[in-house]
Amino acid sequence: MGLLEVKKLSLTLGGKKILNDCTVDFWEGHVHAIVGPNGAGKSTLAYTIMGLSGYRGATGDIVYDGKSILGLGIDERARMGITLGWQEPARFEGLTIKNFIRAAAKDKTIASIKDALEKVALNPDEYLTRAVDKTLSGGERKRVELASLLAMRPRIVLLDEPDSGIDVEALEKIFEAIHLLKSYGATVILITHSIAVLKQAEHAFLMCRGEIFDKGSVDKISGYFENKCIPCERTAISSSPEGN
Amino acid sequence: MKAGQVTPKELYDTTELEYEALNNPDVAHIEVHHNTVVGAHLVPGLDVTANETENGVAIVFRVTENSVIEKPVHMCFGMLPEKGVQEIQMNVIIEKNARVSVLAHCTFPNAVEVLHTMDARITVGENADYAYFERHIHGKTGGVTVVPKAKVTLEKGARFKTEFELIRGRVGSIDIDYETTCKEWSVMEMNARISGTHNDAIQIRETGHLVGEGARGVLTSRIAVRDSARAEVHNKLTATAPFARGHVDCKEIVQDNGVATAIPIVEVRNPKAHITHEAAIGSVDTRQMETLMSRGLTEDDAVELIIQGLLS
Repeated sequence: MGLLEVKKLSLTLGGKKILNDCTVDFWEGHVHAIVGPNGAGKSTLAYTIMGLSGYRGATGDIVYDGKSILGLGIDERARMGITLGWQEPARFEGLTIKNFIRAAAKDKTIASIKDALEKVALNPDEYLTRAVDKTLSGGERKRVELASLLAMRPRIVLLDEPDSGIDVEALEKIFEAIHLLKSYGATVILITHSIAVLKQAEHAFLMCRGEIFDKGSVDKISGYFENKCIPCERTAISSSPEGN
Repeated sequence: MKAGQVTPKELYDTTELEYEALNNPDVAHIEVHHNTVVGAHLVPGLDVTANETENGVAIVFRVTENSVIEKPVHMCFGMLPEKGVQEIQMNVIIEKNARVSVLAHCTFPNAVEVLHTMDARITVGENADYAYFERHIHGKTGGVTVVPKAKVTLEKGARFKTEFELIRGRVGSIDIDYETTCKEWSVMEMNARISGTHNDAIQIRETGHLVGEGARGVLTSRIAVRDSARAEVHNKLTATAPFARGHVDCKEIVQDNGVATAIPIVEVRNPKAHITHEAAIGSVDTRQMETLMSRGLTEDDAVELIIQGLLS
Protein backbone atom coordinates (compact mmCIF):
# COMPACT_ATOMS: atom_id res chain seq x y z
CA MET A 1 0.00 0.00 0.00
CA GLY A 2 1.40 3.39 -1.02
CA LEU A 3 1.40 6.63 0.91
CA LEU A 4 -0.91 8.05 -1.75
CA GLU A 5 -3.41 5.86 -3.56
CA VAL A 6 -5.48 7.00 -6.49
CA LYS A 7 -8.42 4.64 -6.91
CA LYS A 8 -10.54 4.50 -10.07
CA LEU A 9 -10.43 8.27 -10.35
CA SER A 10 -12.59 9.74 -13.09
CA LEU A 11 -13.12 13.38 -13.94
CA THR A 12 -15.10 15.00 -16.72
CA LEU A 13 -14.37 18.60 -17.66
CA GLY A 14 -16.33 20.50 -20.28
CA GLY A 15 -18.13 17.32 -21.31
CA LYS A 16 -14.88 15.45 -21.92
CA LYS A 17 -13.68 12.63 -19.72
CA ILE A 18 -10.13 13.60 -18.79
CA LEU A 19 -9.46 11.01 -16.11
CA ASN A 20 -10.82 7.56 -16.80
CA ASP A 21 -10.82 5.11 -13.89
CA CYS A 22 -7.26 6.13 -13.15
CA THR A 23 -5.60 3.95 -10.51
CA VAL A 24 -2.06 4.44 -9.26
CA ASP A 25 -0.07 4.13 -6.00
CA PHE A 26 2.86 6.29 -4.93
CA TRP A 27 5.39 4.94 -2.45
CA GLU A 28 6.62 6.92 0.51
CA GLY A 29 10.04 8.49 0.02
CA HIS A 30 10.35 7.52 -3.63
CA VAL A 31 10.60 9.60 -6.79
CA HIS A 32 7.92 8.76 -9.33
CA ALA A 33 7.36 10.04 -12.82
CA ILE A 34 4.14 10.13 -14.77
CA VAL A 35 4.91 10.41 -18.43
CA GLY A 36 2.66 10.60 -21.42
CA PRO A 37 1.83 12.64 -24.47
CA ASN A 38 0.07 16.01 -24.35
CA GLY A 39 -3.56 15.62 -23.37
CA ALA A 40 -3.02 12.31 -21.59
CA GLY A 41 -4.39 13.74 -18.33
CA LYS A 42 -1.11 13.99 -16.40
CA SER A 43 -1.53 17.55 -15.16
CA THR A 44 -5.24 16.98 -14.52
CA LEU A 45 -4.32 14.06 -12.26
CA ALA A 46 -1.89 16.28 -10.33
CA TYR A 47 -4.40 19.12 -10.00
CA THR A 48 -7.12 16.71 -8.88
CA ILE A 49 -4.84 15.23 -6.24
CA MET A 50 -4.11 18.79 -5.02
CA GLY A 51 -7.83 19.64 -5.11
CA LEU A 52 -7.64 22.75 -7.31
CA SER A 53 -10.92 24.57 -7.81
CA GLY A 54 -11.31 23.73 -11.50
CA TYR A 55 -10.73 20.04 -10.85
CA ARG A 56 -13.35 19.11 -8.29
CA GLY A 57 -16.20 16.67 -8.72
CA ALA A 58 -14.11 13.59 -9.45
CA THR A 59 -15.47 10.13 -8.72
CA GLY A 60 -13.40 7.31 -7.29
CA ASP A 61 -11.11 8.13 -4.41
CA ILE A 62 -7.77 9.60 -3.39
CA VAL A 63 -6.44 8.03 -0.21
CA TYR A 64 -3.53 9.63 1.62
CA ASP A 65 -1.98 7.90 4.58
CA GLY A 66 -5.04 5.68 4.83
CA LYS A 67 -7.60 8.50 4.72
CA SER A 68 -9.76 9.76 1.86
CA ILE A 69 -8.89 13.34 0.96
CA LEU A 70 -11.23 13.75 -2.00
CA GLY A 71 -13.59 16.00 -0.02
CA LEU A 72 -10.88 18.22 1.45
CA GLY A 73 -9.87 21.71 0.33
CA ILE A 74 -6.48 22.62 -1.10
CA ASP A 75 -5.20 24.11 2.11
CA GLU A 76 -6.37 21.15 4.16
CA ARG A 77 -4.50 18.78 1.86
CA ALA A 78 -1.46 21.05 2.01
CA ARG A 79 -1.47 21.11 5.79
CA MET A 80 -1.51 17.30 5.69
CA GLY A 81 1.74 17.49 3.71
CA ILE A 82 0.71 17.50 0.03
CA THR A 83 1.85 20.30 -2.26
CA LEU A 84 2.20 21.21 -5.92
CA GLY A 85 4.78 23.00 -8.02
CA TRP A 86 3.12 24.58 -11.06
CA GLN A 87 4.33 24.30 -14.62
CA GLU A 88 4.09 28.07 -14.87
CA PRO A 89 4.32 29.43 -11.33
CA ALA A 90 2.14 32.40 -10.42
CA ARG A 91 3.63 35.86 -10.15
CA PHE A 92 2.74 38.15 -7.27
CA GLU A 93 3.09 41.91 -7.56
CA GLY A 94 4.88 43.33 -4.55
CA LEU A 95 5.17 40.07 -2.61
CA THR A 96 8.82 39.60 -1.70
CA ILE A 97 10.57 36.30 -2.22
CA LYS A 98 11.30 36.28 1.50
CA ASN A 99 7.62 36.51 2.40
CA PHE A 100 6.62 34.08 -0.33
CA ILE A 101 8.98 31.42 0.99
CA ARG A 102 8.15 32.24 4.60
CA ALA A 103 4.45 31.65 3.92
CA ALA A 104 5.27 28.05 3.03
CA ALA A 105 8.19 27.41 5.36
CA LYS A 106 8.04 24.97 8.22
CA ASP A 107 10.91 26.84 9.86
CA LYS A 108 10.12 30.52 9.33
CA THR A 109 13.50 31.89 10.42
CA ILE A 110 15.45 34.03 7.98
CA ALA A 111 18.29 31.47 8.12
CA SER A 112 15.94 28.77 6.88
CA ILE A 113 14.63 30.98 4.08
CA LYS A 114 18.17 31.85 2.97
CA ASP A 115 19.12 28.20 3.07
CA ALA A 116 16.20 27.29 0.77
CA LEU A 117 17.30 29.93 -1.73
CA GLU A 118 20.89 28.76 -1.64
CA LYS A 119 19.72 25.21 -2.30
CA VAL A 120 18.37 26.35 -5.67
CA ALA A 121 21.48 28.44 -6.39
CA LEU A 122 19.86 31.84 -5.84
CA ASN A 123 21.92 34.33 -3.83
CA PRO A 124 19.78 35.42 -0.83
CA ASP A 125 21.45 38.85 -0.74
CA GLU A 126 20.25 39.44 -4.25
CA TYR A 127 16.86 37.76 -4.16
CA LEU A 128 15.31 38.00 -0.67
CA THR A 129 13.83 41.45 -1.16
CA ARG A 130 12.92 41.09 -4.81
CA ALA A 131 9.28 40.60 -5.65
CA VAL A 132 7.87 37.36 -7.06
CA ASP A 133 6.74 39.28 -10.10
CA LYS A 134 7.37 39.74 -13.79
CA THR A 135 10.89 41.04 -13.18
CA LEU A 136 11.96 37.44 -12.53
CA SER A 137 12.76 35.27 -15.51
CA GLY A 138 10.85 32.02 -15.98
CA GLY A 139 13.83 30.06 -14.70
CA GLU A 140 14.26 32.27 -11.63
CA ARG A 141 10.56 32.01 -10.86
CA LYS A 142 10.73 28.24 -11.14
CA ARG A 143 13.64 28.10 -8.72
CA VAL A 144 11.87 30.37 -6.25
CA GLU A 145 8.94 27.98 -6.44
CA LEU A 146 11.23 25.06 -5.67
CA ALA A 147 12.82 26.98 -2.79
CA SER A 148 9.39 27.44 -1.24
CA LEU A 149 8.69 23.71 -1.64
CA LEU A 150 12.03 22.83 -0.03
CA ALA A 151 11.27 25.18 2.87
CA MET A 152 7.82 23.65 3.31
CA ARG A 153 9.25 20.15 3.91
CA PRO A 154 6.18 18.41 2.45
CA ARG A 155 5.49 14.69 2.51
CA ILE A 156 4.27 14.62 -1.09
CA VAL A 157 5.36 16.98 -3.85
CA LEU A 158 3.66 17.03 -7.24
CA LEU A 159 5.92 18.79 -9.76
CA ASP A 160 4.18 19.66 -13.01
CA GLU A 161 6.68 19.87 -15.88
CA PRO A 162 9.59 20.94 -13.64
CA ASP A 163 11.85 21.57 -16.65
CA SER A 164 9.44 23.91 -18.39
CA GLY A 165 11.09 27.22 -19.26
CA ILE A 166 14.42 26.14 -17.77
CA ASP A 167 17.79 26.38 -19.49
CA VAL A 168 20.30 23.50 -19.37
CA GLU A 169 22.38 24.97 -16.56
CA ALA A 170 19.38 25.67 -14.35
CA LEU A 171 17.98 22.23 -15.11
CA GLU A 172 20.79 20.63 -13.09
CA LYS A 173 19.73 22.76 -10.10
CA ILE A 174 16.15 21.63 -10.55
CA PHE A 175 17.29 18.00 -10.57
CA GLU A 176 19.36 18.62 -7.44
CA ALA A 177 16.31 20.09 -5.75
CA ILE A 178 14.24 17.03 -6.68
CA HIS A 179 16.78 14.75 -5.05
CA LEU A 180 17.04 17.07 -2.06
CA LEU A 181 13.27 16.78 -1.59
CA LYS A 182 13.68 13.01 -1.61
CA SER A 183 16.53 13.25 0.90
CA TYR A 184 14.14 15.17 3.18
CA GLY A 185 11.86 12.15 3.04
CA ALA A 186 9.37 13.54 0.53
CA THR A 187 7.52 11.44 -1.98
CA VAL A 188 8.06 13.15 -5.31
CA ILE A 189 5.71 12.84 -8.28
CA LEU A 190 7.07 14.29 -11.51
CA ILE A 191 4.61 15.14 -14.26
CA THR A 192 6.56 15.25 -17.49
CA HIS A 193 6.96 14.38 -21.11
CA SER A 194 10.71 14.91 -20.89
CA ILE A 195 12.97 11.86 -20.90
CA ALA A 196 15.61 13.84 -18.96
CA VAL A 197 13.13 14.50 -16.16
CA LEU A 198 11.76 10.97 -16.33
CA LYS A 199 15.27 9.64 -15.70
CA GLN A 200 15.35 11.38 -12.29
CA ALA A 201 12.66 8.98 -11.07
CA GLU A 202 12.82 5.53 -9.51
CA HIS A 203 9.40 4.40 -10.75
CA ALA A 204 7.55 5.42 -13.87
CA PHE A 205 3.97 5.38 -15.04
CA LEU A 206 2.80 5.83 -18.60
CA MET A 207 -0.43 7.73 -18.80
CA CYS A 208 -2.66 7.70 -21.84
CA ARG A 209 -6.24 8.85 -22.36
CA GLY A 210 -6.83 9.50 -18.68
CA GLU A 211 -5.62 6.20 -17.33
CA ILE A 212 -2.39 4.52 -16.33
CA PHE A 213 -1.52 2.52 -19.41
CA ASP A 214 1.70 0.95 -18.12
CA LYS A 215 4.09 1.12 -15.18
CA GLY A 216 7.50 -0.19 -14.28
CA SER A 217 11.13 0.77 -14.39
CA VAL A 218 12.22 4.09 -15.84
CA ASP A 219 14.08 2.29 -18.64
CA LYS A 220 11.02 0.27 -19.59
CA ILE A 221 8.64 3.20 -19.62
CA SER A 222 11.05 5.63 -21.29
CA GLY A 223 11.73 3.08 -24.01
CA TYR A 224 8.03 2.63 -24.67
CA PHE A 225 7.34 6.38 -24.51
CA GLU A 226 10.13 7.28 -26.93
CA ASN A 227 9.31 4.55 -29.44
CA LYS A 228 5.56 4.12 -29.32
CA CYS A 229 3.95 7.31 -28.03
CA ILE A 230 5.30 9.77 -30.54
CA PRO A 231 3.56 9.21 -32.85
CA CYS A 232 0.94 7.45 -30.81
CA GLU A 233 0.77 3.77 -31.58
CA ARG A 234 -2.66 3.37 -29.92
CA THR A 235 -4.20 6.03 -32.11
CA ALA A 236 -2.67 4.41 -35.19
CA ILE A 237 -4.08 1.02 -34.21
CA SER A 238 -7.54 2.27 -33.28
CA SER A 239 -7.87 4.38 -36.42
CA SER A 240 -6.66 1.69 -38.83
CA PRO A 241 -9.05 -0.88 -40.41
CA GLU A 242 -7.30 -3.62 -38.40
CA GLY A 243 -7.70 -1.62 -35.22
CA ASN A 244 -11.44 -1.52 -35.65
CA MET B 1 -6.47 67.03 25.26
CA LYS B 2 -5.43 70.48 24.10
CA ALA B 3 -3.45 70.86 20.95
CA GLY B 4 -0.69 72.78 22.59
CA GLN B 5 0.08 70.02 25.04
CA VAL B 6 0.99 67.51 22.35
CA THR B 7 4.69 66.87 21.83
CA PRO B 8 6.39 65.70 18.64
CA LYS B 9 7.21 62.44 20.35
CA GLU B 10 3.55 61.83 21.12
CA LEU B 11 2.74 62.30 17.45
CA TYR B 12 5.51 60.00 16.26
CA ASP B 13 4.60 57.40 18.88
CA THR B 14 1.46 56.73 16.82
CA THR B 15 3.60 55.94 13.78
CA GLU B 16 6.22 53.29 13.10
CA LEU B 17 8.97 55.94 13.30
CA GLU B 18 11.14 56.26 16.40
CA TYR B 19 11.25 59.93 17.40
CA GLU B 20 14.83 59.46 18.60
CA ALA B 21 15.82 58.83 14.97
CA LEU B 22 15.25 62.54 14.40
CA ASN B 23 17.91 63.57 16.91
CA ASN B 24 20.49 63.57 14.15
CA PRO B 25 21.26 67.24 13.43
CA ASP B 26 21.46 66.46 9.71
CA VAL B 27 17.83 65.36 9.69
CA ALA B 28 15.32 68.16 9.18
CA HIS B 29 11.83 67.72 10.55
CA ILE B 30 8.64 69.60 11.29
CA GLU B 31 5.64 68.52 13.33
CA VAL B 32 2.19 70.06 13.31
CA HIS B 33 -0.61 69.15 15.67
CA HIS B 34 -3.95 70.72 14.79
CA ASN B 35 -2.96 74.34 14.12
CA THR B 36 0.26 74.38 16.11
CA VAL B 37 3.80 73.76 15.00
CA VAL B 38 4.95 71.63 17.93
CA GLY B 39 8.45 70.89 16.67
CA ALA B 40 10.85 71.83 13.92
CA HIS B 41 14.47 71.51 12.96
CA LEU B 42 15.90 72.80 9.70
CA VAL B 43 19.11 72.19 7.82
CA PRO B 44 21.05 74.48 5.48
CA GLY B 45 19.33 74.90 2.13
CA LEU B 46 15.88 74.32 3.57
CA ASP B 47 13.70 77.29 4.48
CA VAL B 48 10.38 76.70 6.14
CA THR B 49 7.94 79.30 7.41
CA ALA B 50 4.72 78.29 9.09
CA ASN B 51 1.83 80.53 10.02
CA GLU B 52 -0.86 79.21 12.27
CA THR B 53 -4.42 79.66 11.03
CA GLU B 54 -7.70 79.05 12.81
CA ASN B 55 -7.75 75.34 12.00
CA GLY B 56 -4.31 74.57 10.70
CA VAL B 57 -1.11 76.00 9.33
CA ALA B 58 0.06 77.67 6.15
CA ILE B 59 3.54 76.48 5.32
CA VAL B 60 6.05 77.69 2.78
CA PHE B 61 8.60 74.95 2.19
CA ARG B 62 11.51 76.05 0.08
CA VAL B 63 14.72 74.33 -0.95
CA THR B 64 17.08 76.91 -2.26
CA GLU B 65 18.83 76.79 -5.62
CA ASN B 66 21.50 74.09 -5.98
CA SER B 67 20.87 72.80 -2.46
CA VAL B 68 20.89 69.07 -1.98
CA ILE B 69 19.26 67.88 1.22
CA GLU B 70 20.96 64.56 1.72
CA LYS B 71 18.73 63.02 4.36
CA PRO B 72 14.95 62.75 4.00
CA VAL B 73 13.01 65.54 5.65
CA HIS B 74 10.43 64.24 8.10
CA MET B 75 7.06 65.90 8.45
CA CYS B 76 4.28 64.87 10.76
CA PHE B 77 0.75 66.23 10.68
CA GLY B 78 -1.87 64.97 13.04
CA MET B 79 -4.80 65.30 15.36
CA LEU B 80 -4.77 63.22 18.49
CA PRO B 81 -8.22 64.24 19.84
CA GLU B 82 -11.29 62.38 18.65
CA LYS B 83 -12.82 65.42 16.94
CA GLY B 84 -11.52 68.38 15.05
CA VAL B 85 -10.46 69.98 11.81
CA GLN B 86 -6.96 70.33 10.47
CA GLU B 87 -6.38 72.40 7.34
CA ILE B 88 -2.87 72.40 5.90
CA GLN B 89 -1.86 74.81 3.18
CA MET B 90 1.48 74.02 1.62
CA ASN B 91 3.46 76.07 -0.81
CA VAL B 92 6.39 73.95 -1.89
CA ILE B 93 9.15 75.50 -3.95
CA ILE B 94 12.07 73.38 -4.99
CA GLU B 95 14.42 75.76 -6.71
CA LYS B 96 16.62 75.11 -9.72
CA ASN B 97 18.98 72.12 -9.37
CA ALA B 98 17.87 71.47 -5.80
CA ARG B 99 17.06 68.02 -4.46
CA VAL B 100 15.02 66.84 -1.48
CA SER B 101 12.89 63.96 -0.38
CA VAL B 102 10.18 64.19 2.25
CA LEU B 103 8.68 61.47 4.38
CA ALA B 104 5.38 62.71 5.79
CA HIS B 105 3.21 60.99 8.37
CA CYS B 106 -0.41 62.00 8.80
CA THR B 107 -1.73 60.50 11.98
CA PHE B 108 -5.28 60.42 13.31
CA PRO B 109 -5.27 57.39 15.58
CA ASN B 110 -8.24 58.34 17.77
CA ALA B 111 -10.43 60.06 15.21
CA VAL B 112 -14.16 59.77 15.56
CA GLU B 113 -14.97 62.92 13.62
CA VAL B 114 -11.88 64.49 12.12
CA LEU B 115 -11.50 66.40 8.88
CA HIS B 116 -7.99 66.74 7.46
CA THR B 117 -7.44 68.79 4.34
CA MET B 118 -4.25 69.50 2.48
CA ASP B 119 -4.08 72.11 -0.21
CA ALA B 120 -0.68 72.15 -1.83
CA ARG B 121 0.95 74.19 -4.57
CA ILE B 122 4.18 72.60 -5.64
CA THR B 123 6.75 73.96 -8.05
CA VAL B 124 9.78 71.88 -8.89
CA GLY B 125 12.35 74.03 -10.61
CA GLU B 126 14.56 73.34 -13.58
CA ASN B 127 16.52 70.09 -13.11
CA ALA B 128 15.35 69.91 -9.50
CA ASP B 129 14.25 66.69 -7.83
CA TYR B 130 11.42 66.35 -5.31
CA ALA B 131 10.18 63.09 -3.78
CA TYR B 132 7.24 63.14 -1.37
CA PHE B 133 6.10 60.03 0.45
CA GLU B 134 2.94 60.41 2.55
CA ARG B 135 1.89 57.67 4.94
CA HIS B 136 -1.41 57.84 6.80
CA ILE B 137 -2.05 56.23 10.15
CA HIS B 138 -5.71 56.01 11.02
CA GLY B 139 -7.56 54.40 13.88
CA LYS B 140 -10.19 51.70 13.81
CA THR B 141 -13.34 53.79 13.73
CA GLY B 142 -13.20 55.21 10.23
CA GLY B 143 -14.08 58.63 11.59
CA VAL B 144 -11.65 60.51 9.37
CA THR B 145 -12.29 62.48 6.24
CA VAL B 146 -9.11 63.20 4.29
CA VAL B 147 -9.10 65.64 1.39
CA PRO B 148 -5.63 66.15 -0.09
CA LYS B 149 -5.34 68.36 -3.15
CA ALA B 150 -2.20 69.31 -5.00
CA LYS B 151 -1.34 71.34 -8.08
CA VAL B 152 2.14 70.56 -9.24
CA THR B 153 4.28 72.23 -11.89
CA LEU B 154 7.47 70.64 -13.12
CA GLU B 155 9.90 72.89 -14.90
CA LYS B 156 12.31 71.72 -17.58
CA GLY B 157 14.16 68.57 -16.57
CA ALA B 158 12.54 68.42 -13.13
CA ARG B 159 11.72 65.14 -11.42
CA PHE B 160 8.78 64.60 -9.08
CA LYS B 161 7.71 61.43 -7.37
CA THR B 162 4.87 61.13 -4.90
CA GLU B 163 3.51 58.13 -3.05
CA PHE B 164 0.36 58.15 -0.98
CA GLU B 165 -0.10 55.20 1.36
CA LEU B 166 -3.10 54.45 3.55
CA ILE B 167 -3.02 50.81 4.48
CA ARG B 168 -3.06 50.95 8.29
CA GLY B 169 -6.36 51.51 10.06
CA ARG B 170 -9.69 52.49 8.59
CA VAL B 171 -9.67 54.87 5.66
CA GLY B 172 -12.95 56.54 6.54
CA SER B 173 -13.46 58.84 3.59
CA ILE B 174 -10.71 60.01 1.30
CA ASP B 175 -10.84 62.26 -1.72
CA ILE B 176 -7.47 62.73 -3.42
CA ASP B 177 -7.09 65.23 -6.22
CA TYR B 178 -3.59 65.66 -7.63
CA GLU B 179 -2.82 67.42 -10.88
CA THR B 180 0.64 67.75 -12.36
CA THR B 181 1.83 69.71 -15.36
CA CYS B 182 5.08 68.49 -16.83
CA LYS B 183 7.23 70.75 -18.96
CA GLU B 184 9.96 69.58 -21.33
CA TRP B 185 12.00 66.55 -20.31
CA SER B 186 10.50 66.50 -16.83
CA VAL B 187 9.51 63.24 -15.15
CA MET B 188 6.48 62.67 -12.95
CA GLU B 189 5.44 59.60 -11.02
CA MET B 190 2.32 59.53 -8.85
CA ASN B 191 1.42 56.44 -6.83
CA ALA B 192 -1.47 55.73 -4.49
CA ARG B 193 -1.86 52.62 -2.35
CA ILE B 194 -5.00 52.37 -0.25
CA SER B 195 -6.77 49.57 1.55
CA GLY B 196 -10.46 50.08 2.32
CA THR B 197 -12.64 48.04 4.64
CA HIS B 198 -16.10 48.34 6.25
CA ASN B 199 -17.92 51.21 4.53
CA ASP B 200 -14.82 53.23 3.65
CA ALA B 201 -15.13 55.53 0.65
CA ILE B 202 -12.11 56.09 -1.58
CA GLN B 203 -12.04 58.64 -4.37
CA ILE B 204 -8.86 59.27 -6.33
CA ARG B 205 -8.36 61.76 -9.12
CA GLU B 206 -4.85 61.82 -10.49
CA THR B 207 -4.18 63.93 -13.54
CA GLY B 208 -0.99 64.47 -15.46
CA HIS B 209 -0.45 66.85 -18.37
CA LEU B 210 2.63 66.13 -20.45
CA VAL B 211 2.94 69.51 -22.12
CA GLY B 212 6.67 69.68 -22.77
CA GLU B 213 8.72 67.85 -25.33
CA GLY B 214 10.01 64.56 -23.93
CA ALA B 215 8.00 64.84 -20.71
CA ARG B 216 7.27 61.52 -19.06
CA GLY B 217 4.67 60.49 -16.52
CA VAL B 218 3.30 57.44 -14.78
CA LEU B 219 0.10 57.27 -12.72
CA THR B 220 -0.18 54.17 -10.59
CA SER B 221 -2.99 53.11 -8.26
CA ARG B 222 -3.17 50.01 -6.12
CA ILE B 223 -6.44 49.69 -4.24
CA ALA B 224 -8.04 46.92 -2.20
CA VAL B 225 -11.66 47.11 -1.09
CA ARG B 226 -13.22 44.64 1.30
CA ASP B 227 -16.49 44.41 3.23
CA SER B 228 -18.65 47.23 1.81
CA ALA B 229 -15.86 49.63 0.94
CA ARG B 230 -16.05 51.55 -2.34
CA ALA B 231 -13.30 52.95 -4.50
CA GLU B 232 -13.43 55.13 -7.57
CA VAL B 233 -10.22 55.90 -9.39
CA HIS B 234 -10.02 58.54 -12.11
CA ASN B 235 -6.63 58.56 -13.79
CA LYS B 236 -6.15 61.03 -16.58
CA LEU B 237 -2.99 61.51 -18.60
CA THR B 238 -2.74 63.88 -21.51
CA ALA B 239 0.13 64.41 -23.91
CA THR B 240 0.37 67.42 -26.18
CA ALA B 241 4.06 67.55 -27.00
CA PRO B 242 6.34 65.45 -29.19
CA PHE B 243 8.13 62.54 -27.56
CA ALA B 244 5.99 62.75 -24.44
CA ARG B 245 5.59 59.30 -22.93
CA GLY B 246 3.11 58.19 -20.31
CA HIS B 247 1.53 55.20 -18.66
CA VAL B 248 -1.53 54.73 -16.47
CA ASP B 249 -1.67 51.62 -14.33
CA CYS B 250 -4.58 50.84 -12.03
CA LYS B 251 -5.12 47.61 -10.14
CA GLU B 252 -7.98 47.11 -7.71
CA ILE B 253 -8.78 44.00 -5.73
CA VAL B 254 -12.38 43.53 -4.71
CA GLN B 255 -13.48 41.22 -1.92
CA ASP B 256 -16.81 40.64 -0.18
CA ASN B 257 -19.30 43.37 -1.10
CA GLY B 258 -16.70 45.93 -2.06
CA VAL B 259 -17.16 47.99 -5.19
CA ALA B 260 -14.33 49.32 -7.33
CA THR B 261 -14.47 51.57 -10.36
CA ALA B 262 -11.56 52.58 -12.57
CA ILE B 263 -11.90 55.36 -15.11
CA PRO B 264 -8.64 55.78 -17.01
CA ILE B 265 -8.54 58.56 -19.57
CA VAL B 266 -5.62 58.93 -21.93
CA GLU B 267 -5.55 61.76 -24.40
CA VAL B 268 -2.84 62.30 -27.01
CA ARG B 269 -2.75 65.44 -29.13
CA ASN B 270 0.58 65.00 -30.78
CA PRO B 271 1.41 62.23 -33.25
CA LYS B 272 4.87 61.81 -31.74
CA ALA B 273 3.54 61.29 -28.23
CA HIS B 274 2.59 57.94 -26.77
CA ILE B 275 0.53 56.90 -23.74
CA THR B 276 -0.45 53.43 -22.60
CA HIS B 277 -2.80 52.29 -19.90
CA GLU B 278 -3.77 49.14 -18.10
CA ALA B 279 -6.47 48.53 -15.55
CA ALA B 280 -7.37 45.35 -13.74
CA ILE B 281 -10.23 45.05 -11.30
CA GLY B 282 -11.47 41.91 -9.72
CA SER B 283 -11.12 39.33 -7.08
CA VAL B 284 -7.80 37.87 -6.10
CA ASP B 285 -6.24 35.86 -8.90
CA THR B 286 -7.19 32.20 -8.49
CA ARG B 287 -3.76 30.90 -9.45
CA GLN B 288 -2.08 33.13 -6.89
CA MET B 289 -4.52 32.10 -4.18
CA GLU B 290 -4.28 28.39 -4.94
CA THR B 291 -0.49 28.58 -5.00
CA LEU B 292 -0.46 29.95 -1.47
CA MET B 293 -3.19 27.55 -0.33
CA SER B 294 -1.14 24.66 -1.69
CA ARG B 295 1.53 25.78 0.78
CA GLY B 296 -0.95 25.46 3.63
CA LEU B 297 -2.35 28.98 3.97
CA THR B 298 -6.09 29.33 4.51
CA GLU B 299 -8.03 31.20 1.86
CA ASP B 300 -8.27 34.27 4.12
CA ASP B 301 -4.54 34.25 4.87
CA ALA B 302 -3.73 33.81 1.18
CA VAL B 303 -5.92 36.77 0.21
CA GLU B 304 -4.36 38.89 2.95
CA LEU B 305 -0.82 38.11 1.78
CA ILE B 306 -1.67 38.87 -1.85
CA ILE B 307 -3.24 42.19 -0.92
CA GLN B 308 -0.32 43.09 1.35
CA GLY B 309 2.00 42.45 -1.56
CA LEU B 310 -0.03 44.52 -3.97
CA LEU B 311 -0.13 47.43 -1.55
CA SER B 312 3.48 47.15 -0.40
